[in-house]
Amino acid sequence: MSIPLPVFIAVPLVTAFILPVFGKKGKAVATVIANLATISLLVLAIASVGRSEVYEIGKWSIPLGINLVLDGLSSLLLLAISIVSSAAMLFSARYMERYTAKAKYLSLFMLMVVGMNGVVLSGDIFNLFVFLEIASLASYALVGFGCEHEELEASFKYMVLGSIGSIFVLFAVALVYGNTGSLNMAYISKAIQASGLNPGLTFALGLFIAGFGLKAALVPFHAWLPDAHPSAPAPISAMLSGILIKTLGVYALTRVLFNVFGVSVQMGWLLIAMALLSMIAGAFLAIGQWDFKRLLAYSSISQVGYVILGIGLGALIIARGGNSAWASLAILGGLFHLVNHAVYKALLFLSSGSVEMSTGTRQLKRMGGLAERMPVTRTTCTIASAAIVGIPPFSGFWSKLILVWAAIQAQFYWIAAIIVFVSLCTLIMYLKVQRYVFLGELPESLRQIKEYRGSMLVAMGFLACLCVLMGLLVLVPDLKHTILDPAVDVLVDGLGYSARIINM
Amino acid sequence: MPYALCFLLFMIGLYCAVVKKNMVKIVIGIVVMEYAVNLFLIMLGYRAGGIAPIIDKSHLEVGTEQITAGFINSSVDPLPQALVLTAIVISLGSLALMISICIRIYDKYGTFDITTIRRLRG
Repeated sequence: MSIPLPVFIAVPLVTAFILPVFGKKGKAVATVIANLATISLLVLAIASVGRSEVYEIGKWSIPLGINLVLDGLSSLLLLAISIVSSAAMLFSARYMERYTAKAKYLSLFMLMVVGMNGVVLSGDIFNLFVFLEIASLASYALVGFGCEHEELEASFKYMVLGSIGSIFVLFAVALVYGNTGSLNMAYISKAIQASGLNPGLTFALGLFIAGFGLKAALVPFHAWLPDAHPSAPAPISAMLSGILIKTLGVYALTRVLFNVFGVSVQMGWLLIAMALLSMIAGAFLAIGQWDFKRLLAYSSISQVGYVILGIGLGALIIARGGNSAWASLAILGGLFHLVNHAVYKALLFLSSGSVEMSTGTRQLKRMGGLAERMPVTRTTCTIASAAIVGIPPFSGFWSKLILVWAAIQAQFYWIAAIIVFVSLCTLIMYLKVQRYVFLGELPESLRQIKEYRGSMLVAMGFLACLCVLMGLLVLVPDLKHTILDPAVDVLVDGLGYSARIINM
Repeated sequence: MPYALCFLLFMIGLYCAVVKKNMVKIVIGIVVMEYAVNLFLIMLGYRAGGIAPIIDKSHLEVGTEQITAGFINSSVDPLPQALVLTAIVISLGSLALMISICIRIYDKYGTFDITTIRRLRG
């Protein structure tokens, strides 16, 4: 059965506008509808794995009309988005009870999903900008959802930097249109291949890197992330760290660099430099944090560095004309780490939400000994920590192993050394979490706390199972061929994208 | 020359958004940047003495029903105008959200000065 691609955008969009109708009294109904929507999106995303097609909106053929493109990379991202959003939505069902205006929250959540699905499916660069803005605006509002001092401040900071990033992207889109006369990514790429880069397009490329880099919180542009992600409600932190920065930042950046502009050696080095800076700075800053969620947020900066590192290494090897097997290995490591990080960072943020809900604090120094009071949260948090540190057989180990292996094969021994070193820093960071949150002595004030049960634990359990099982994605050849390899091929294929879309 | 002025406007907006301490001025800076980009888009489609890109009978060649070369050479590009309309609507949405967050912050902190609104560190 073939599902038309706009369904991925239409389902959450329609749900988003139905939900506010329910208001205060229909909270339970609204929650059920929102959960059904995210779960049906998950089913649709699983059903569309391995498909590859172009949908022309309103039957206007490209380049006149707008097209939606589903290829390996898009379906990988769709899968990640729907896994994280269904877990976060399930978690919200209980967690968001303490906030007023739950229906509005659910509506904004669905709008964020609309934006992200749109970004990964869009084959038109202006359309990509529009969906990017939908997702960003919803996330600005969600960061400030608590309406307390810190939340509003973080939301404003995020919004100013996010808007500047969006304007950079719009400016770049305008420059690209002025220089190539097209907005369709395949045709832009065709025009660039025919005429080469001129100064206007080079400037546009710089603006794209800055704009998407701001959204991805790569190191020179990371200032907003450690404020914005901890301030949001826990399920939203999971969405933001888990998937939003990757969809709006990493996915959009790689799509534009690999498939539209084409990779070059300088660009590969630039990506590697930003990635290494993010990895090291994020890890060092995270170790010094005493706020549970802030520590996780800094760790996200470091982990996105890994993703970009794999992709940048691939770009460098391709641009140098090196062995394409190592290029695909590096990109495979990056993309696999992207999916892994989406799952375990979402799980860590959900665990932190569970801890925060029970204890009422996020300060590590005020917790301790929660292992006996919150056994399930303790288990899930330990699994996620093991995955992020890279202990076999959890998912993070395999992606880091692939990255290290690719770096060694490409003879960048120092990069492999840095990857291992940052993994050690990550280990310290999560030992600190384990030590201060779950081990040690239980403070007097926390003797009476209890763990919240129900949907929150289901969501956390679901993600924990994935953390354990995700290693199979690379170990079982069939799964690797259907899920990861097509995504890698899209990037390794590079500029072949344009011919593929035009002829499809 | 108009492009250089447009870029100057963009840089003024960026400067204002990055340097100013007052939240409302930061918002104004962002709006100025947005307008500079909108202006740039409009200039891409501009043509001196251009006509509206609407085809009527006088623009079709008699007999062949093809669009005349005169129409193609003098009509303005309609696409950037459509883009600008979309961009204006988006910037309206983000402006409304930014201003409402500014108002909520003013309620909480009693000031618009971002140097005194600093509960978050690091």
